[in-house]
Amino acid sequence: MNTLLKSITLITPIILLTGCGGSESITKSNETVATVEDHSIGEGNLDNGEMDVLDEEATTYAVDGATGYDISDLNDPDSPLSIRVIYFEYDSSAVLADYRPAVEAHAAYLANNPGTVITLEGHADEQGSREYNLALGELRAKSLKQQMVLMGASPEQITTVSYGEERPAEDAHDDEAYSLNRRAELVY
Amino acid sequence: MKKIAQALLTIAGLNLAGLHLASPVFAEEVMTIEITEGVENATPIAIVPFESPEAGLPVNISQVVTDDLESSGYFKTMPVTDMPSQPNDFKSIMFDDWKRMGMDNLVVGKASETASGYAIEFRLADVYKGSQLTGLRVMSKASSLRFAAHQISDVIYEKLTGEQGVFATRITYITVKKEGKKKRYHLEMADADGSNPVVLFSTSHPIMSPVWAPNGHQLAYVSFEEGNSAIYVQNISTGKRQMVASGRGINSSPAWSPDSSKLAMTLSKDGNPEIYIKNIRTNQFTRITNNRAIDTEAAFSPDGRNLVFTSNRGGSPQIYQTPVSGGSAQRLTFNMGKYNAGASYSPDGKMLTFVHQSNGAYQIAVLDLDYQQLTVLTDARQDESPSFAPNGNMIIYSTNRGHRSELAAVSVDGKIHKRLTIRGSEVRDPDWGPFVR
Repeated sequence: MNTLLKSITLITPIILLTGCGGSESITKSNETVATVEDHSIGEGNLDNGEMDVLDEEATTYAVDGATGYDISDLNDPDSPLSIRVIYFEYDSSAVLADYRPAVEAHAAYLANNPGTVITLEGHADEQGSREYNLALGELRAKSLKQQMVLMGASPEQITTVSYGEERPAEDAHDDEAYSLNRRAELVY
Repeated sequence: MKKIAQALLTIAGLNLAGLHLASPVFAEEVMTIEITEGVENATPIAIVPFESPEAGLPVNISQVVTDDLESSGYFKTMPVTDMPSQPNDFKSIMFDDWKRMGMDNLVVGKASETASGYAIEFRLADVYKGSQLTGLRVMSKASSLRFAAHQISDVIYEKLTGEQGVFATRITYITVKKEGKKKRYHLEMADADGSNPVVLFSTSHPIMSPVWAPNGHQLAYVSFEEGNSAIYVQNISTGKRQMVASGRGINSSPAWSPDSSKLAMTLSKDGNPEIYIKNIRTNQFTRITNNRAIDTEAAFSPDGRNLVFTSNRGGSPQIYQTPVSGGSAQRLTFNMGKYNAGASYSPDGKMLTFVHQSNGAYQIAVLDLDYQQLTVLTDARQDESPSFAPNGNMIIYSTNRGHRSELAAVSVDGKIHKRLTIRGSEVRDPDWGPFVR
């Protein structure tokens, strides 16, 4: 874990990630000018949500606080930081690769703002057993936390809580509602 | 009169069957029970309206007994309007009249005032033999009359079926009421027929998983009132609450040991959801599982030696059993689909009930542990939280109907199906309490 983080911090320049929208340039406070890449990952290279930072080409993380996201990005609707809900597949706590840019951005933001704390709320859909779903929500929040820590956030900055199926985003009882309820919410 | 005296059942001084509530808050809506499927050869029985004191009775005893027996699904009660006469004691029964109508069993009785309440005398008669099967006098305070009626129903039920009745038992469950955009959660307790509902705890935060201590005096449940899940034990009579687990991560899925001294529970304080046993008297925790997967929903075997629990250590949620004293867990659900969760033992320990998924539907199933025979008992899409009645005959569970959660019950043989509805509320997470001692 330590060696992983070290290897990441050595990589320069820092590349910032936004959600979608192709390339644009962002100038950060220091001298670094980075090309922003579209990191939405297509269906073809889904990696089952398994976290393996070193396998991801052309991806670096702002982990040492030298640069990265600041408070204005947090409120920018175009920033990947605006993505505050991450959805999961049925009976799974694996963070899908589609969400990696957003997760990276939040991790980088936390790394750059050590005083900031975040709560990750894990939720489940109502299918099946209520208590199993509470445990599933817990695993979802924790698997998201684990990724963010790998990406440079400090574990002390991240609290997890599971609400299981108790606080659905949608009250309906159909597949669409279920897919919206299987989620983790990032609450600053 | 001698026969009555030798089996004197006294429940005088009983308030809610020994449960003296500090300040009971009665729930607004009463549950209604509807039999959706019954047995074909239901036993015919006539419960003749009991003779009442002139001032009347606060509870219509014979009506409660009629409703109890009818709602069991095992009896077909005779409408009062069809009765050839309305005797109140054994010697007034004209057996030939009832025989001619094909009536097998007859209950007659009377209630009279006493210094402290009421005395209810009743007799169950075998019409064909023209003899008395049982006769009892029940003493009851006015406030306990409904419960006394349930006890009379239990006596009749046991005499005619050979199995202990569960009319004089209680259930606990959670109701959710929408108040505008917000929700209000109630922990409630009611008689097994849904009557006498009492709110034991109310909060704007989710509560779940109430379970009755085998001693009948306490409930354990999970509440999110502090933000995170925490386990509480509440004394039913005094209303006093005690937080028993509130560590980091989840604190949930409480399950009582048979002697009511320990709680099995799911905690993730040490990483991921694992099962622990907490001794409530010594506050000592014992860790039972240690595994990277989800381990949750523990339940004690009736002899207290084993726990069943849900784990997805094999890739999907399945039921496992492990000795409380330590040892390896053994999977119990093989070749039974991809989803089996939330198991608990039948009172005799020979069966499990749990949620079983097939074709995308979550249904209530029983597994015969000796014969490895799985039987799916329900046919809705979202059935969960099954709990055995203390006589092992029925299973209460929650089901989604018309986009709302309500309670239902099914007999273990799958023949009898009942629906329990409370108007205006979501009802879920039922747990059937023990026999009242």
